[in-house]
Amino acid sequence: MEKRVTFKGWLLPICLLLPQVIVTAVFFFYPAGQAVWQSLFIPDPFGLKSQFVGLGNFEFLLGDPYYRAAFTTTAVFSILVTVASLGMALFLAVLADRLIKGSGVYRTLLIWPYAVAPAVAGVLWLFMFNTRVGVVSWYLGVLGYDWNHVLNEAEAMGLVVAASSWGRVSYNFLFFLAGLQAIPKSVIEAAAIDGARFWTRFRTIVFPLLSPTTFFLLVVNIVYAFFETFGVIHTITSGGPQQATTILVYKVFADGFVGQDLGSSAAQSVILLVVVGLLTVIQFKFIERRVHY
Amino acid sequence: MKLKSLSLALASTIAFTSTAYAQTEIQWWHAFTGRLGDLLAEQVEQFNTSQNDYTIVASHKGNYSETLNAGIAAFRAGEQPHILMVFEVGTATMMAAGGAIKPVYEVMAEGGAAFDSDGYMGAVKGYYTTTEGDMLSLPYNSSTPVLYVNRNAFADAGLDPDTDLSTWQNVDAALTALKEGGSTCPLTTAWQSWVHLENMSAYHNVPFATKDNGFAGLDTELAFNGPVQVQHVQMMGDWAADGRFIYAGRRNEGGANFRAGECALFTESSAGYAGVKAEAQFDFEIRPLPYWDGVDGAPQNTIIGGSSLWVLSGHESEEYKGVSEFLSFLSTSDIQSKWHQNTGYLPITIAAAEQTKAEGFYDENPGTEIAGMQMTANAPTPNSKGLRLGSFDQIRGIIDEELEAVWAGDKTAQAALDSAVERGNVLLRRFEQANQ
Repeated sequence: MEKRVTFKGWLLPICLLLPQVIVTAVFFFYPAGQAVWQSLFIPDPFGLKSQFVGLGNFEFLLGDPYYRAAFTTTAVFSILVTVASLGMALFLAVLADRLIKGSGVYRTLLIWPYAVAPAVAGVLWLFMFNTRVGVVSWYLGVLGYDWNHVLNEAEAMGLVVAASSWGRVSYNFLFFLAGLQAIPKSVIEAAAIDGARFWTRFRTIVFPLLSPTTFFLLVVNIVYAFFETFGVIHTITSGGPQQATTILVYKVFADGFVGQDLGSSAAQSVILLVVVGLLTVIQFKFIERRVHY
Repeated sequence: MKLKSLSLALASTIAFTSTAYAQTEIQWWHAFTGRLGDLLAEQVEQFNTSQNDYTIVASHKGNYSETLNAGIAAFRAGEQPHILMVFEVGTATMMAAGGAIKPVYEVMAEGGAAFDSDGYMGAVKGYYTTTEGDMLSLPYNSSTPVLYVNRNAFADAGLDPDTDLSTWQNVDAALTALKEGGSTCPLTTAWQSWVHLENMSAYHNVPFATKDNGFAGLDTELAFNGPVQVQHVQMMGDWAADGRFIYAGRRNEGGANFRAGECALFTESSAGYAGVKAEAQFDFEIRPLPYWDGVDGAPQNTIIGGSSLWVLSGHESEEYKGVSEFLSFLSTSDIQSKWHQNTGYLPITIAAAEQTKAEGFYDENPGTEIAGMQMTANAPTPNSKGLRLGSFDQIRGIIDEELEAVWAGDKTAQAALDSAVERGNVLLRRFEQANQ
């Protein structure tokens, strides 16, 4: 039986809701509404004049094969970042959870990368993999592998995925570790007494009990990959080579702030908003059903 | 001691603020950090102490693109600075924004400060003047691409460092010999679109875009897929295929490889001189940018990159008077020759070039005069006056992508340049539509 709290009258519930409603209205509805409005115009950069084009900006975008390609790039990139950062974090969390001595040190070290801003992380990785002069690419060269992410599309994608996932592993690690520690030891011990090995215990007990955490992280990480990886891509590849790493949000930036094409940029924001909205709905409708709270 | 210096500081603060009230503040937003930022601050300081009526307040607003965006956003909010530094590719954007700018020739005429726009080098000024010859923005820092030679790398590969590298035909032979001699990076470049397409076109007197490279109208179309450009890019693609040309990135990433001594030849802005001089542990030399022997009219002149200062509209006439005083100060040959000698940027006034020469700077720093000579060798033609294309920052991005396709061996030069022209034209039409 669900517990329901009922209020007498309207004033208190409205007062309690109001702060959140105001924040959402000011920081979400207002700018989103402006983006929708702007997407119907082609303005000049200085805002001196502006022409109404209806859905012209959307037609222009959807007729552009490079824009359509950015959808695929975004999908590939987001899936790779999410899988890599979640997988790595879960692996590390499981190991750290089993550790008794010195776990504090491990945890602290693992959490550190989260303190690094995405753009800085991008620069760090760029230094290591800088074609021919970076430390890693130099050693790869010694081994006979010619690393060149400025021309090789797969290498460029790999590099931005690694740089984007790296800082994210820490964040996910924290949640996974907390999730793991919240699982009652008695359940696991009981399974162990029944003869379940580590892998069986993990698959049948730990992972299902961890599913609320995993689901939360899945949503958060996809949103991260869609929006916040901008700094990494900007510093490492600027969307290249040949647009191989141009994800949707990077294109919003490039068209709006490099090209000063605010109409197209606004239209892209609207499309991006719809895409992420749909994704979240899908996640809650189909994946959340399999989550055990 | 402590108390004394504190009271001194206090006294000077009071003195400063009391005079500051009487002074008119002029805001200048710029994109320079590091050494360039220091030199810029020095100019501002010098101007501020030289007179009592105006105070220039210089603020760093990020890189070129970010500074332009900051200026645009500020204008929309009615908070624009008086002077905005805009890189050369933003020129068309600024020109099209008629109501947002106050042309420099107007500012100078109204302000009455000493100023002679004819004192500026034609090839520099041309980029920022109307077809009628009115100067719209004041050239600030301008550079042009030159060829850097690592003499040690030539010797190591068994080549004579004094080999003639004036034509691309000779460079081709040299690159082959360097490669055979064991060089892992015979040639690299910075700013590929600027050097190998924009300057390439001007240097060979072929159009980069129709309508005089955009100077004659917004209905311009890109035209850099002609035979001369295709031949050049295809040649570089062939070099890239067998490691005679090493591509390091879209900006000046190649500079790290050259300065580390890995690369034998490097095409880069003349403004890269200071960096190379500071870091290179080898004998280096500057040569003119090579040209294709056999192309009619080559070598014409190369074009500039860099920035100019735009005056934004919406301020008081007293403030514009201060702006005109400051721009006049910046144009003096003392300021200009110092800037040229310290940075490797071009001496943008004729007087500054002469002063630098008279001071013996070129004799002490051989090679630093080449950029200026290359720019002024011939009177600019409609193909070599500069470029005035909307959304050009983004068009450069497209060119970068298509060139990368050639370097990776995915496309032929013809296919890549055709595609770049087609994609770039779409942006030009958008720009035309937005600025009708």
